[in-house]
Amino acid sequence: MRRAIVTSAATVSGVVLLLSLKPHDQSASAAAPITSGGGTGTSEGGAQNGTGSSRATAAPTQGGSTSGKATGGTRSITGDAAGTRYGPVQVRITVTGRKITDVSVVQYPSEDRRDQEINSYALPVLNQEALTAQSARIDAVSGATYTSDGYTRSLQSAIDRAGL
Amino acid sequence: MGTVFSFDIRDTGGDADPGRRAAVEAALRDAVAWLHRVDAVFSTYRHDSQISRLERGEVTVQECDPEVAEVLARCERAAEETGGWFTARPGGRLDPSGLVKGWAVERAALLLRAAGSTAHSVGGGGDIQTAGDASPGRPWRIGIADPLRPGGLAAVATGSGIAVATSGNAERGPHIRHPRTGEPAGALASLTVVARSLTEADVWATAGFAMGPECLRVLEDRPGLEALAVLPDGTVRGTSRFPLLAAAAPGPAGPGDWRQALPSALGQQ
Repeated sequence: MRRAIVTSAATVSGVVLLLSLKPHDQSASAAAPITSGGGTGTSEGGAQNGTGSSRATAAPTQGGSTSGKATGGTRSITGDAAGTRYGPVQVRITVTGRKITDVSVVQYPSEDRRDQEINSYALPVLNQEALTAQSARIDAVSGATYTSDGYTRSLQSAIDRAGL
Repeated sequence: MGTVFSFDIRDTGGDADPGRRAAVEAALRDAVAWLHRVDAVFSTYRHDSQISRLERGEVTVQECDPEVAEVLARCERAAEETGGWFTARPGGRLDPSGLVKGWAVERAALLLRAAGSTAHSVGGGGDIQTAGDASPGRPWRIGIADPLRPGGLAAVATGSGIAVATSGNAERGPHIRHPRTGEPAGALASLTVVARSLTEADVWATAGFAMGPECLRVLEDRPGLEALAVLPDGTVRGTSRFPLLAAAAPGPAGPGDWRQALPSALGQQ
């Protein structure tokens, strides 16, 4: 089982790999996925210092049935709705060739005003992270949150479905 | 451990250097295998882990993998250094998780380093070990999750080769217990410790969180450690040198409240 997405950024080379060790509320039979990042890094104009630019993510997903819609070289694929403590999170990616060019949030917890306040700025931060490591203002977050977990899971399922 | 680990390697060499890339990818596979092994050996959620069997008296430390003795020795040292606030037996049951996660992530990062990577970040369950810079001349920027606003950031720590560990109840519900009373700790909403070594940062984040606000005074005197505490009422307090690590996060995206709140909040002691 190999799931990897490789995208390009201008100057940053990165491989991101996520794996989930067995969640404790699941049966021991659920095999923890072992995934390997990397693969075919592509580099684009603007790459400096000889660094090919790649970013790979891999994480477990549940099965899903949404299929991608192809329009020319650009496709958009919707990920699973990932349940979080605060409600479902679901993202849609736009893929051009083998590169993610956009991530939009289809669904996020918005049961009350406080949640909306949270997500109105949390999700743009996450979107930026997903799009390109280079322009992300934050490289990682210490003390991660449910919502970001759900975002990652939904994003991964979209990536898997895109066959990247 | 039921947590997600991430690897962000910034110097894979890309297509320009396939040899280096292959070496880093091999190290990545080793690091992933390592984390699975740590889970199998140390998980307190797994009935058949060596730690669980050790607790039940079914095996001796000598019969376990050598890492078990290493971790227990590190736990003992951590207990001494923290005046007993760190313990491998919270609530009386053997559970070295407060050290194992940071230790396992730090060691995974060392595998990458051994393969020649000098610019990477490895994260596990919200604890992060970095090496080098995010890109030449730009140190890593690690957001510190705001425990009171899920998805929000309380601050951003920046630096080269820093390790950042956060303890709190936000992610998993109350899970850190007072080492003496066994009661859930609750005087802080979260505590973040920045160090060079994630093992050390993790230990102090766990111990300091149990200790409560007083931990900032203790951490103030520990060389190489900086800390940021978020209190239940949202007040943010740091060690006096923490602002040196803190970065205002410029950028067009998102409202500016958490960015602007940073310097003033840290100025209050």
